[in-house]
Amino acid sequence: MARIRVENLCKDFVTDASKSIHAVKNASLSVEEGEVVVIIGPSGSGKSTLLRTINRLEIPTSGKIFFDEVEVSSNSDIRHIREEVGMVFQSFNLFPHLTVLENITLAPMRVKKMAKAEAHALAYTLLERVGLSEKANSHPNQLSGGQQQRVAIARALAMNPKVMLFDEPTSALDPEMIKEVLDVMLSLAKSGMTMLIVSHEMGFATAAADRIVFMDEGEIIEVAKPEVLFNNPQSKRTEKFLKHIL
Amino acid sequence: MKKNEYGEHANLVKKLVSRPPETQKVSTKIQMTDGVLIPRKDDHHVFNSWRLTFIIAAGLLTFLVIFVPTPYRSIFLVVIQGAPTTFQVTIISIIGAIIIGLFVGLGSVAKSYIVNMISGIYVEFIRGIPLLVQLIFIYYAMGRLFRIEGMLAAIAALSICFGAYMGEIVRAGIQAIPKGQMEAAIALGLTRGQAFRYVILPQTIKVILPAIGNEFISMLKDSSLVSTIALTDILRKGREHIARTFLSLETMFVVALVYLLITLILSRLVGILEERLHKNG
Ligand SMILES: Nc1ncnc2c1ncn2[C@@H]1O[C@H](COP(=O)(O)OP(=O)(O)OP(=O)(O)O)[C@@H](O)[C@H]1O
Ligand SMILES: [Mg+2]
Repeated sequence: MARIRVENLCKDFVTDASKSIHAVKNASLSVEEGEVVVIIGPSGSGKSTLLRTINRLEIPTSGKIFFDEVEVSSNSDIRHIREEVGMVFQSFNLFPHLTVLENITLAPMRVKKMAKAEAHALAYTLLERVGLSEKANSHPNQLSGGQQQRVAIARALAMNPKVMLFDEPTSALDPEMIKEVLDVMLSLAKSGMTMLIVSHEMGFATAAADRIVFMDEGEIIEVAKPEVLFNNPQSKRTEKFLKHIL
Repeated sequence: MKKNEYGEHANLVKKLVSRPPETQKVSTKIQMTDGVLIPRKDDHHVFNSWRLTFIIAAGLLTFLVIFVPTPYRSIFLVVIQGAPTTFQVTIISIIGAIIIGLFVGLGSVAKSYIVNMISGIYVEFIRGIPLLVQLIFIYYAMGRLFRIEGMLAAIAALSICFGAYMGEIVRAGIQAIPKGQMEAAIALGLTRGQAFRYVILPQTIKVILPAIGNEFISMLKDSSLVSTIALTDILRKGREHIARTFLSLETMFVVALVYLLITLILSRLVGILEERLHKNG
């Protein structure tokens, strides 16, 4: 069963009265349960926008999005979908005024009305999973970038999501910290989590992805298994992009 | 024109708050507000302008009170009796202004167009009318409509006027919080209201605290305007003293020094507060 299915999705941004940017053009894609899909493509190709329409941080201009084969529309329960879809951002977006523990327990306690003790136990379990048990009472600004991003992953996992979205989770990190975050993501992938990831970490994509999506100028150009897409791209545009980044 | 030296946090807010409507379109670094001079953090000279002014004012007042007791000691003793009223009115009014400002600020970033409009109109009204005119008008309106008089009316007037400026500060403070904070909160499933309450506002308060401190100082000075009609504050005490003794220049000199000293001390405190907040990230 497709966890997420996107059908003919379009997203336009109206910048001023006359101009509008077609950030995503007629994109169709489905992500099966337990599948890991990595999206690559040049800057401005609409990767983030596509990801953000899935939990409705952006409202699509047209097209359909299905979550567990139920259509997500403006009158569906958006909050419920956001509870089920975890998101990790390039810039971490941890809440700086809260401790690591509070960052993780905020949503379970306020949204799911989880008891404090239960939420704390959950947070410690997740912190252990991302290797940061001893940082529970630190504030985000006391952590390195890699540690912050791992906390952000734990925070998203605390809502027990069915899908995790990652928007360039390692591109704001110093090179020596990238691996610790990718390792967490890899173990998450192995645990069977459904994941949709925008990333240019080719090693990670090869190791973790079931399929790679190449986007350019708002369109999905090519979808294929990593070994196929990287070694034998069908489209000239994919080939050109891969040459450029490899 | 007075020159303002704000630290980074207040700067962030001040950049976004533009009081006079005329300056809204022109992006200029010169801020014309009735704020106060905040000492620069990077100025560690023994004789920076704040220290010099403070030493001159405190020295002058001490000298006059001790060595020229007639008339200055009695003037000082009378005038200082107004200080508790000045502080009381200012403290209560700033709380009122913060509460109004919170609603106005939230209103101006709300998603509803009508709510935006209401808070926008409120702010425009208040900004466009001289403070003294507003204060006297609201003071009389309070008396006529609600039978509220005296100090309470003065507090209401100050709260309503400063609530608009406070609203602009709150709005700027909210807008200074990175967009990713709201996105992360709602992506976790929080409602917009919950996100405001648990994520945005706690950070906003930290950012705008120095600006609130500055408003407090402005209000402390501007509360003297209400004294012309309602309050027995520092200025009123002085004017009463003049009426009795005809020592007009001497009395007003002491009144000015007392206000100056209070303001200098408070601005220093705001500066320290700002530094603290900055250090804690
Ligand atoms: N909020 C917005 N308002 C206006 N235009 C936008 C907005 N968000 C994105 N765009 C535009 O839509 C296009 C796609 O942007 P998007 O961020 O999805 O690209 P991306 O593939 O994620 O790029 P990058 O690799 O740089 O993150 C770009 O041209 C961008 O300028
Ligand atoms: Mg992007």
